Amino acid sequence: MEILWFCVVAFMLAMYTILDGFDLGAGILHLFVAKNDEERRTVLNAIGPVWDGNEVWILAVGGTLYFAFPLLYASSFSGFYLPLMMVLWLLMLRGLGIELRHHVNHPMWRTFWDGTFALGSTLLAIFLGAALGNVVRGVPLNEDGFFFEPLWTTFMVQPEAGILDWFTVLMGLVGLCTLTVHGANYLAMKTESAVQERSRRIASFAVWGVVLFSVATLVAASSIRPEIWNNYSEHSWGYIFPLVGMLGLIGMVYFNRTHQDTKAFLSSSTFIGGMLASTAFGLFPNVLPASTDPKYSLTVYNTAAPSYGLSVGIVWWAIGIVIALGYFTYLFYSFRGKVKLHAEGY
Amino acid sequence: MDDALFLHRLQFAFTITFHYLFPQLTMGLGLLIVIMKWIALRTDNECYNNSTRFWAKIFAINFAVGVVTGIPMEFQFGTNWARFSTFAGGVIGQTLAMESVFAFFLESSFLGLFLFSEKRLGPKMHFFAALMVFIGSWLSGYFIIATNAWMQHPVAYEVGANGNVALTSFWGLLLNPWIAWQYTHNMIGSVVTASFVVAAAGAFYLLAHKNEEYGKVFVRVGVIAGVIASILVAFPTGDGQVKNIVVHQPVTFAAMEGLFETREGAPLVLIGQPDMEKRRLDNPLHVPKMLSFLTYLHWGAEVKGLDAFPENTWPTNIPLLYYSYHVMVGLGTIFIAIMLGGIYLLWKKKLFTARPFLWVLMLAFPFPYIANTAGWWTAELGRQPWLVYGLMRTVDGTSTMVSAGNTLFTLLGFAGMYFVIGMLFLFLVVKTINNGPEAALKH
Repeated sequence: MEILWFCVVAFMLAMYTILDGFDLGAGILHLFVAKNDEERRTVLNAIGPVWDGNEVWILAVGGTLYFAFPLLYASSFSGFYLPLMMVLWLLMLRGLGIELRHHVNHPMWRTFWDGTFALGSTLLAIFLGAALGNVVRGVPLNEDGFFFEPLWTTFMVQPEAGILDWFTVLMGLVGLCTLTVHGANYLAMKTESAVQERSRRIASFAVWGVVLFSVATLVAASSIRPEIWNNYSEHSWGYIFPLVGMLGLIGMVYFNRTHQDTKAFLSSSTFIGGMLASTAFGLFPNVLPASTDPKYSLTVYNTAAPSYGLSVGIVWWAIGIVIALGYFTYLFYSFRGKVKLHAEGY
Repeated sequence: MDDALFLHRLQFAFTITFHYLFPQLTMGLGLLIVIMKWIALRTDNECYNNSTRFWAKIFAINFAVGVVTGIPMEFQFGTNWARFSTFAGGVIGQTLAMESVFAFFLESSFLGLFLFSEKRLGPKMHFFAALMVFIGSWLSGYFIIATNAWMQHPVAYEVGANGNVALTSFWGLLLNPWIAWQYTHNMIGSVVTASFVVAAAGAFYLLAHKNEEYGKVFVRVGVIAGVIASILVAFPTGDGQVKNIVVHQPVTFAAMEGLFETREGAPLVLIGQPDMEKRRLDNPLHVPKMLSFLTYLHWGAEVKGLDAFPENTWPTNIPLLYYSYHVMVGLGTIFIAIMLGGIYLLWKKKLFTARPFLWVLMLAFPFPYIANTAGWWTAELGRQPWLVYGLMRTVDGTSTMVSAGNTLFTLLGFAGMYFVIGMLFLFLVVKTINNGPEAALKH
């Protein structure tokens, strides 16, 4: 049952990264692909009806962690106190940027919110990557399973590291490049003419950033935490996840060249899903490894809630998520096709 | 440690108080929008249709701020209250996760449809989208109240070997007997806020002689919904909620009422200041024997005062609890009076020209916000010194790893952020109301 919930959380985290990832990516690109008001409205209308629903996935991840792995939730949220609070502030600024921009028709007002939206999205993409980096690298857990990390110490990977060290910054860059390409693929799919062309062009070179930083991360992670390969050598079927990720990456390059935007977007989604699944597979059964002493690591077993709650939870969760996927399908279906600017919208 | 505890509490109190200014309008206004949309659908009255569009615009601004200020709430259980989350996550994590899965997905998906595709959906589906947004927001309220109800009155749990609570009955948690009155009281409280806000905008239009056609619609809808909600929020829901407290949290009840000594034929205090040093109420103004009657329907009944309980179970801030409760009840009474006045004038067909009354209606809208806030403060201060009533004290729930200095840093950050958000919100809402419903149609 703990394993099932581990998969559920990993699935929801992947859904969040894929869905909110493209609107974060659109935010990163906002100032670069859209030069005038009409183009910027096009970008905002491409994500406008869906960004809020996408962001709900992070709340759902938080809620699910809370009841399935209470100790993990308590430990990681209090340990990552400062960066999480900053993530909250960035999420606020970014959300306000999207929602408030169109209420006043004045160039300065709009420029200000364009900047807020872009800056918030960019920093969030880096933070998300760095957060995953912290989980891979491990945190200084004590014997009760708690820790507290400052934002940075010496930027070196060491037991008393901060949130940011060279490794987590590297993963932050992976996050930034990946979501840039992912967002560019989404915009290329949803827009036409100038915005579409600029998005394709940015995707075509940012994808090499993804390749470069991913390889660097892979090498670094293997030296910092060699045990991530243990699960792979014991269960070789696990190689399917990195393989799927690789196929996604190849698709990202290929479909970008052939201007098959929808397929390129599906490829970057596949890449994100495959890479997150690979990480989860490598970490299991750890959910938050200790950089202090491996025996303090938080695992799915020592953090899970009692079994009754987990069993009853899987019933309502399955029902709820099927309904939610239904809404999403309907929502994306009804906003299908290229964005058209008209009176309704941003 | 005391210092850190105070800052953790202050940050949660500040962020939740600010946050709840927005959902309370969302939930109430969601209902009023559905009603207006329904009238528009049934009567083909274009004025009601435009009113819906106008309020949808305000709803959207309000919803956006509600969303961005709401995300920190779920996070803070973990960031600032880690020991509480470890202890109680197995139970209340259920309701909080259900809120995301069942309510937020519903609400956010259909809000996108409601705001962006009226033309594409056609009137019937558009009404359906509005209805789904309303249901989503009220479901969300249900899960939050279920969570709070468990903290007020824990049920369906057992304490496991590791000292943490485990859920023993899913339906027991969702059908906690505490929920019924707290939920209805809270939701109707949100309708009171929305009614006053809609009526105030209408009164403004009528007084300023602009958009008068809409002013009449808003005042009529606001007053009719307002009179029903103002009465229901006091009786039976408010009364029912107090009786929950009398039975399950008697010491809280004594503190709310400012009753220091147990007595038969206890008076109902209207005004007075609790003096904690002298253990008495200064400058009291009271109705003799009324408290005994209201509580037990018997003039001579004995009501337990604070002296009947050990001091370490008393709520930690009795004066603030007492004031919160009395502010809520006092304002609630005034709301009934105002709305009854409004309904009388509507019946006499004088409402739209009764300028002094319209002034009252226009200026009254902040007070339901104060009453709803005071109501929640009553619930939360009344639960002290417990975080989970009878199971975990607030002092034992904080994150030990987060220092006071870090908490102060984020508290200051939230204060600055929310100040800016509050100003932006007011600016945009005032602008929208000032531009009027006709402008809401054009972009």
